[in-house]
Amino acid sequence: MIYDVTLRITYDYANPATGGRHLVRLLPRDLPAEQRLIAGHIDIQPPPSERSDRVDFFGNPVTEFAFRHPYDEVALTLHARVDRRPLRSVSRGHTALSGMAGAVADVQTIAPDAPGHFTAPSPRVRPDPAMTTYARALVHPGMSAEATVQTIGAALHRDMTFDPDATEVDTPASDAFAARHGVCQDYTHIMIACLRAVGVPAGYVSGFLRTLPPPGKPRLEGADAMHAWVMAWAGPGVGWIEYDPTNGIAAGTDHIVVARGRDYFDVAPIKGILRIAGEQTSEQAVDVIPLEP
Amino acid sequence: MPESRAKLRSGRLLAGYRPLPGVPDELLDAAGQMRPVWADLIAHLEARTPEEIDQKFARGDQYLRDAGVYFRSYGQTRPAGRDWPFSPLPILLEESEWAEIARGLTERADLLEQVVADLYGPGQLVADGLLPAALIAESPEWLRPMVGVTPRGGHFLHFLAFEIGRGPDGRWWVLGDRAQAPSGAGFALENRVAATRVFANHYRSANVQRLAGFFRSFRDALGGLRGPEGGKVGILSPGPMTDTYYEHAYIARYMGLTLLEGGDLTVEDGVLKVRTITGPDPIDVVWRRLDAQWADPLELEESSQIGTPGLNGAIRAGKVTMVNALGAGVIETQALMAFLPNIAEHLTGAPLALPNIATWWCGQEAELAHVRANAERMLIGPALATRLPFEIDGPHALAGKLKGATGDLDQWLSANAAGLVGQELVTLSTAPVYEDGALVPRPMSLRVFLARTPQGWQVMPGGFARIGTSSDASAIAMRAGSSVADVWVVGDGPVAQESMLAPPSEPFRRAESPVLPSRAADNLFWLGRYVERTEGLLRLTRAWHGRLADRSADDLMERITEFLEVYGVDPSDALPDGLMSTLSGAVSSAGQIRDRFSVDGWAALADLDKSMRRIARKLSPGDDAAGAMGVFLRKIAGFSGLVHENMYRGPSWRFLTIGRSLERAATMAEVLAVFADPDAPQGSLDLAIEIGDSIMTHRQRYPVMATRDSVVDLLALDAQNPRSVLFHLTEIRSQAEALAGGPDRPMTEVVRSALRVETQVATMTSAALDTEALNEIRADILSLSGLLSDAYLL
Repeated sequence: MIYDVTLRITYDYANPATGGRHLVRLLPRDLPAEQRLIAGHIDIQPPPSERSDRVDFFGNPVTEFAFRHPYDEVALTLHARVDRRPLRSVSRGHTALSGMAGAVADVQTIAPDAPGHFTAPSPRVRPDPAMTTYARALVHPGMSAEATVQTIGAALHRDMTFDPDATEVDTPASDAFAARHGVCQDYTHIMIACLRAVGVPAGYVSGFLRTLPPPGKPRLEGADAMHAWVMAWAGPGVGWIEYDPTNGIAAGTDHIVVARGRDYFDVAPIKGILRIAGEQTSEQAVDVIPLEP
Repeated sequence: MPESRAKLRSGRLLAGYRPLPGVPDELLDAAGQMRPVWADLIAHLEARTPEEIDQKFARGDQYLRDAGVYFRSYGQTRPAGRDWPFSPLPILLEESEWAEIARGLTERADLLEQVVADLYGPGQLVADGLLPAALIAESPEWLRPMVGVTPRGGHFLHFLAFEIGRGPDGRWWVLGDRAQAPSGAGFALENRVAATRVFANHYRSANVQRLAGFFRSFRDALGGLRGPEGGKVGILSPGPMTDTYYEHAYIARYMGLTLLEGGDLTVEDGVLKVRTITGPDPIDVVWRRLDAQWADPLELEESSQIGTPGLNGAIRAGKVTMVNALGAGVIETQALMAFLPNIAEHLTGAPLALPNIATWWCGQEAELAHVRANAERMLIGPALATRLPFEIDGPHALAGKLKGATGDLDQWLSANAAGLVGQELVTLSTAPVYEDGALVPRPMSLRVFLARTPQGWQVMPGGFARIGTSSDASAIAMRAGSSVADVWVVGDGPVAQESMLAPPSEPFRRAESPVLPSRAADNLFWLGRYVERTEGLLRLTRAWHGRLADRSADDLMERITEFLEVYGVDPSDALPDGLMSTLSGAVSSAGQIRDRFSVDGWAALADLDKSMRRIARKLSPGDDAAGAMGVFLRKIAGFSGLVHENMYRGPSWRFLTIGRSLERAATMAEVLAVFADPDAPQGSLDLAIEIGDSIMTHRQRYPVMATRDSVVDLLALDAQNPRSVLFHLTEIRSQAEALAGGPDRPMTEVVRSALRVETQVATMTSAALDTEALNEIRADILSLSGLLSDAYLL
């Protein structure tokens, strides 16, 4: 499925900002067998004083830019054409939860896709007793890691309410979980914490959803802004799989991958250091349109 | 006769000295004989009476106090003071033994470099099974943004410290590796200076290896790390709120390096630059005393207020060398010690000459079983911690007893296995400490420093020793606190004199003027202003107290009270709070630029602050308070004198001077507006002359009673009076010109505005300079402060 993706983010500052330096992770990834970036470009207005593009530890494209003059508005526009392919799962055997610790330890590498990066507490996902208890009640040691991902993801979809007004971008996952309300970022962080609590390495995927569903399918939550879902390592036989707990489905050809990391800290679409006093407002608009119906 | 007296005293000094059973002692060998290396020092002490020894030892403390080592408060937000009791008796080691230590640590340093390079490069140690992936992947000190980044010049590690101790078999062991931002080299220097004060004559003939050569080599090595464009070398400090800030300032001054904070730095097109009063200036080598996590809020800890956004990018671009590389701290991970012995054999084919204390990572089954079975003889704590064994806090198990966690040890071990390491409980050797007139054995560990130079690792011949406070020789007992002593490496023959000065063989070259970071300039400017303001407030408060007994002065005193109210000063307090807080402002500004002015200047300011605090509660209003204000004024004059007599006439001095002149000119304009007003109460003109410290001058120049004209002429318009408004406007203008490159250069906005006010005042008559005009002049003077900030400090 080929998509045209357009994203526009604007920031308005009540007082001119100075000395701004930002990192953005907005460009869809090029992933062998999964997703091909046919063309993509990020436009920045006003033109920054400096700009550089690179790839981070996890392989995500990063654009760094800085202004040396004062400015009161920044607009980022992404245009990308992406070919997202259906994932063929080729399972070479399941790993039960009881065998996961050993399976992780057997992967003797610190390469970016090693499950070892995704087991420990990360900047935005800390162990939480309530989530640990919740997750353990859903599984048993003989359950396969892959089934565990489905089970916990479906349970969260069932027990949580999607609510854009319940949380802010820096609300801790534990608060969202206690309220059982949140947005895709909260669903994703909660599911990561639950999976790690039962020994399944899990990380954060940021990306886009197609704006309008195929005919006869319901519109997915999270399509009007950047979306987030979960990646999980289900043992050496299954490898990495992705699950969208906000919608209660496996991530598929409707999900376009932008960045992967341990949690939001690693993939935040925009990071920036500004020296400003006063208000700032931002707006985000996303269009993900399939080229063929 | 002298011999028998010496023997008598020998009995007194050493009679009660009993090394602990099974614990080696630095002073006495196993047979109870004094080791030869100590003989001269002990004889030197034995030849002195207890009173003489006390006097000698007091000189060390006196030096440290004078040097400001004990003064660690910087204004209202006080960082926690760090106790640093100095134990005057040094630890003595023979040159041959030191050579063994140096060899072992050099080999270890090379190994650590290989390990760090692998962890940020190919990751082969993990792939070969020599290190568990989890240990690295889960370590907060393994910085993903730095993976794949090879430092310019190729080396990750340039400056290391090792904490070592001597075990029961007499061999040395490494208790901890320090690579993040090793502290203590400056303290070692301070200790050395203190120790040489204590043993002034003895030291010269004691064949003790000097430290200066080590620092000179390291300074040269830092210079050699610069890139082809050859920018500046600086020390990056977390700032005055850290307990080691004093050391950063001290070592910056000693080595002639620029002291920087994260906020001083900015990145432009991948080049790290220091914001200076003349614009961004490239900085090429950074000796980092800041933990890596805080170095770049854009890619590392987001909440960091002390980092530099974009620093990682500059490193990636190969435009700056970090000493040590960001991420080097991963090597400090406790659990790594469990694997280093194997890694050493794997990489070098031989075991380490200086091994670390035995360590077992509980994330492996066999090791966990071993720790469980031997918990009685272990300290079990967090695997990923980077603390030294005696700095442990949080949940841990000591000798089989669980602390800081509930439940039993077995359960705790099982539940947290992968996060725990067991380390054998080591004992240390003991060394003599002088207590109550006799020597007693106390456990000690050494901190040793290594610097990479083009000739390889150099080991500082010395360092410092931590000395325990009790006779418990287990390393963990150091948690109860320790004192610090100098370490002397003693040779058989005389040593060469060393100093930081360049050897004479090099041709003389005037050093380029060091950069003045904008933040430092800002602090100097405010230091000048606050000191001057303190002086002005002291004079007014003194005038108030001096008139307390004079009933006819009620109106005037009320006017003084109103004047002072704006500055938060209530003169009816013998020592007003507003006065103390103004001085605190000065001390705080000075505390942030301690590398920029002399130890004496700092001591004078600290002394004023201390004596004001001490006297504050004892003063009674009236003549008593007035007299005290006089004492304080003389102390301030002492500070100003030291600064203006001794300070190099560079940009630092100019900012300080502008601050002082600006404050004095503005205050004098205000004093005249209030006290030379035609409606001012009786006695006001005399008060103005008194505040202007110009009683004698006025009497000589105007043989009449003070009139408004005579007072305004002398205190505002007389260009020769160093208390007049015009005098200081001229000073501000000429300093501003010098900052702009001299009077021939195009005028800056600061110069233009300063010249405008100066000319206006210079061309006025005392009649035209009425109250309204004085208030306008004062506002113009104060607005120069903002212009200066815009031009140099933002």
